[in-house]
Amino acid sequence: MKHPVAAVLCAPGTNRDNDVTFALQLAGACPVTVLTTELLTNPSRIDDADILVIAGGFSYADALGAGRLFAVELEHAVGERISDAIAQGRAVLGICNGFQTLVRMGVLPGSGESAALGHNASGVFDCRWVELEATSKKCVWTKNLSQNIECPIAHGEGRFTCTQDTLEKLQGNDQIALRYVDANPNGSLDNVAGVCDQTGVVLGLMPHPENHVVSRQHPQSHRGVSRGLGLSLFQSGVCYARR
Amino acid sequence: MQNVPAIHRLTVSPTGVDPRCSALMRDAMDLGITTLQSAQISDLIFVRGDVTEQDQRQLEDILVDSLLQQASWGLQGSKSKHVVESTLHSGVTDSVAHELHRVATRLGVAIDAVATGKRFELTGNLTRMDVDILVRKLLVNSVIENCSIDSPIVPAFAQAGPPTPSLVSYVSIPPDASDSELQELNIERGLAMDIEELRAVRNHYASAGAVARDIELESIAQTWSEHCAHKTFRASITLDDSITIPSLINQLRQTTELIDAPYVVSSFVGNAGIISFVPGTTIALKCETHNHPSAIEPFGGANTGVGGVIRDVLGASHLPIACTNILCFGRPTTRADDLPEGVFHPRRIRAGVVAGIADYGNKIGLPTVAGAVLYDDGYIANPLVYAGCIGVAHRPYNAQVPQTSDRIIVLGGRTGRDGLRGATFSSMTMDATTGDVSGASVQIGDPITEKLLIDVLGRGQDLFRAITDCGAGGLSSAIGEMAQGIGACVELSELPLKYPGLAPWEIWLSEAQERMVVAVDEAGVAALQETCERFGVEFTDVGFFTGTNRLVVQHDGDVVVDLDLDFLHDGRPQRHMSAVMPTPFRELMTREQFIKTFGDIDVVDSLKRLLAHPNIASKAAVIHRYDHEIRGATLVRPLIGARTDGHADGVVIAEPLDHHGIAIGIGVNPWFGALDAERMALSVVDEAMRNVVAVGADPDSVALLDNFSWGNPRRPSTLGDLVAAVKGCCDAAMTFQAPFVSGKDSLNNEYLGSDGERHSVPPTLVITAIAHVPDVAATVTPDLKAVGNLVVLIGRTDLEFGASHLAMVHGVADAGAVPAFDPSALDRYRLVHKAMRDGLVSACHDVAEGGIAVAIAEMAMAGRLGVNMSSDLVKEQLFSESNSRFLLEVAPTNVDTLLKRFGDSSVVIGIVTQEQKLQFSSDEGVFIDELLDIWQRVS
Repeated sequence: MKHPVAAVLCAPGTNRDNDVTFALQLAGACPVTVLTTELLTNPSRIDDADILVIAGGFSYADALGAGRLFAVELEHAVGERISDAIAQGRAVLGICNGFQTLVRMGVLPGSGESAALGHNASGVFDCRWVELEATSKKCVWTKNLSQNIECPIAHGEGRFTCTQDTLEKLQGNDQIALRYVDANPNGSLDNVAGVCDQTGVVLGLMPHPENHVVSRQHPQSHRGVSRGLGLSLFQSGVCYARR
Repeated sequence: MQNVPAIHRLTVSPTGVDPRCSALMRDAMDLGITTLQSAQISDLIFVRGDVTEQDQRQLEDILVDSLLQQASWGLQGSKSKHVVESTLHSGVTDSVAHELHRVATRLGVAIDAVATGKRFELTGNLTRMDVDILVRKLLVNSVIENCSIDSPIVPAFAQAGPPTPSLVSYVSIPPDASDSELQELNIERGLAMDIEELRAVRNHYASAGAVARDIELESIAQTWSEHCAHKTFRASITLDDSITIPSLINQLRQTTELIDAPYVVSSFVGNAGIISFVPGTTIALKCETHNHPSAIEPFGGANTGVGGVIRDVLGASHLPIACTNILCFGRPTTRADDLPEGVFHPRRIRAGVVAGIADYGNKIGLPTVAGAVLYDDGYIANPLVYAGCIGVAHRPYNAQVPQTSDRIIVLGGRTGRDGLRGATFSSMTMDATTGDVSGASVQIGDPITEKLLIDVLGRGQDLFRAITDCGAGGLSSAIGEMAQGIGACVELSELPLKYPGLAPWEIWLSEAQERMVVAVDEAGVAALQETCERFGVEFTDVGFFTGTNRLVVQHDGDVVVDLDLDFLHDGRPQRHMSAVMPTPFRELMTREQFIKTFGDIDVVDSLKRLLAHPNIASKAAVIHRYDHEIRGATLVRPLIGARTDGHADGVVIAEPLDHHGIAIGIGVNPWFGALDAERMALSVVDEAMRNVVAVGADPDSVALLDNFSWGNPRRPSTLGDLVAAVKGCCDAAMTFQAPFVSGKDSLNNEYLGSDGERHSVPPTLVITAIAHVPDVAATVTPDLKAVGNLVVLIGRTDLEFGASHLAMVHGVADAGAVPAFDPSALDRYRLVHKAMRDGLVSACHDVAEGGIAVAIAEMAMAGRLGVNMSSDLVKEQLFSESNSRFLLEVAPTNVDTLLKRFGDSSVVIGIVTQEQKLQFSSDEGVFIDELLDIWQRVS
């Protein structure tokens, strides 16, 4: 399998689908766009994909809470098929609104634990660059990253929170996949930027590695800076899917 | 008797710290209310229907996140002294209610209506008057919301309006109606026409032997409104009771024709200007104002302003790729007591406007990349909101008009009572009651519906023949324009409505957002419909183009409009206006006069004052609210430098793998405008040029947009300023060989205070420059890059301080003439560009507000490096705002080459140092950290 098929799942209001499609292409996958309306009539499109990606955006305008309605729709149309995909070890990625959706579905952090992504501590939508350290040896998307990723965040509801008990379980299970380095932009517990499920195949993260896939996209590229490509995260996932 | 279903009420409150509350406390302090000790904000959800307990639990599952929120059904008691509750007026877009209704139905919970609201519990020793002020100024906007104080609110569910007794009423206009009778009709119907227009209407009906239908009069009034017809820009104008000049719009058009730039594809027609820098790709550009709506409902006004300009680009068959905005507010430090009656505090307006722009741009998924935020007392009652959009198309541009028998299809949002009479409203002066009476004129946007329109229309022009957007005037304007020269027959009862009970005139003139009208060949209807269904976009076939050149509108088969299209579009008599031309002071200042005017000012102290001024201070807090990263194509960002906190002059958009791109630059300076409108126009065109050249654009490939926000042009001096500004625009465009391709004017930006005085905005011309960047590797940012590099000043510095920021921060009222225009600037801009292409330039920054001192400080702060400034520069040169200047950072090995190229117009003024300090002379210096602290302080 040279070019694994990556289904990019989109709801009305998903808007970083083109960006993640471009990143997946550069990483060697064959991305296809799948709309929630199409899943209702043709749910098997989930089964046809080697990789599932829930793209960022404002699905359903964030009405009733970010990711809530996307989660309800996916649960309704293809909930079981997504569970099957995870059970089969297929790689799943949720970015920003996709992360919020996976959390609302209960896929993340999984194993019956619950977490939430609350309003940023600043109270407002925030777009800025962050640095991310890969901290999990389990997550198929991040475990082979050799350097920190630098990429933007662009969200209003990204403050990761859970009970102390859940946090300790996630730490113990090596499920904290990505942490903010230096500056925590949204008040997330334990600087969490992304978590994986217990198997390590599902990753959800708030930042947007898909917006740093060529080095000139780095905000200091005019100062000669070239580091921290987010592309490597997609390459890891594609590499895993090729196994 | 019919059973009325019960209303169930759910209150959802955050369990942790709520940042909304601290913001509220801060805003209350601004209003002078110091006794508010704490506040709790909850969301209210009302569902009407037979809801069981099990249903309630299901709804809670959807609505409440137990890690973040707690919720309870029914009414709550409160320990707080005061409780304020609000809900949206019936008919105001409420996407939460809409989505909840949809998902509840999906889950099998039978509810027949949903509404949402807010609950504020206020603790502290507040008087009833304090609560009233909080409610009016902060918590509730009566334009879109109802409220209830200390008693539970009852939601206004979307419902039928009063039934319409008859479809159409006839208005008798006797052929011999006198001027006073016509004026009575004008006022009674709210037509906002002048007497000559009223006579034209009278004569038209007299000669046609027809009786006017009320909806026809509404259609004519809307088509002829200042907002839609740009009567002032199309008027013939007599200057100083002597010569009469061609209309302003023709002056701008002729300039563009004379320049005859090869990259102009379409100018001053249709929804947007269209240019092409590389074969096979065209760029559409447009900038609009949404000033009046933003004054009375800042969030909704700015929100729908963004939505409207994006539709302009869609209406030019281009795919939007980036948004811009320029915002003008009263100063944030304005005292609450100084506000005119009925006017929100500038902070409240700013918060709402910024949130509205962020909400639309972020949700629709377009980067908001460029802009400006300006503060002046002249904007207290009339804030200005300019929203721009740029789009691309990768195919030959081929503007088509509808053909006979093409179907008329309306796409997108549903029609409601939104924004009725917005076009006529925005052409009138506001007063203290405007907010109350014009409630229907403002709407809240629905960016997701418009995103879906982009998804459908982005599939390609093959799906339709012609397209236009529904903006001011709604279908009346959109279909009326498309039908020009061909004729149309429309059936209104086909349109999906937000709620029943709309009268035909309301449907026809509704300014409900997120709608587009397309003309489709009969054979293509099915394909378009299929694409719409795939993306969930509403599709309504409302009629066809007839070939009769009449606009015929029916409701259930009854004719409600039957108008001759030639009369509708060309029947308006040209307006004749009088202008008194300004005679600005234009003498250059001498050194002696400078010292007499400013005294012995301290350089470092002056610099600090300038950096603290809200016009110059960091705008990072606003920029971070906008997603400027989406699409991954923002190559030169609004925020740049070693810590990504400096401000770029312009921005560059380039697709991640393309070797070329486009630059966007803005020029605006209302302070110049207040003194010398012509020099202001020349200066801001120059500034927009500088801002694109500074980031790497080719000065020989620039297109311009003009946007004028002015006071009442019936005042001859105000019109004189406008005439002078247009002359400046044309002269600058000719000098730079940079054509205008589109523009818009917003006049009557005045406020009639309860003191009886008129408050006008300063003449505010915004120039947007869009330019080709031939090589993305040669783009440049203003942050200093390396120790030992030299700083070179390009251009001539005169003692020009009229309306300068140095004068503002020292409280100097009369500081001489506004900076002159430098007609030789283009040659230097070409040399700057060539130097960039040759890799000679490490950093580049244009010199503008605050002069060289502020420019070098900004470069140093952004690069976190210091500069030793040459002692040759005298104090007054440091702060002059002369036009056409740049600061370049150049490596020592390149400096000779560079200086040779520029000759006399270049001089080395400093050297970059490791020590993060600006050293002006041996005893005048300041650390970068101290400047950053001042510049970044949030006001």
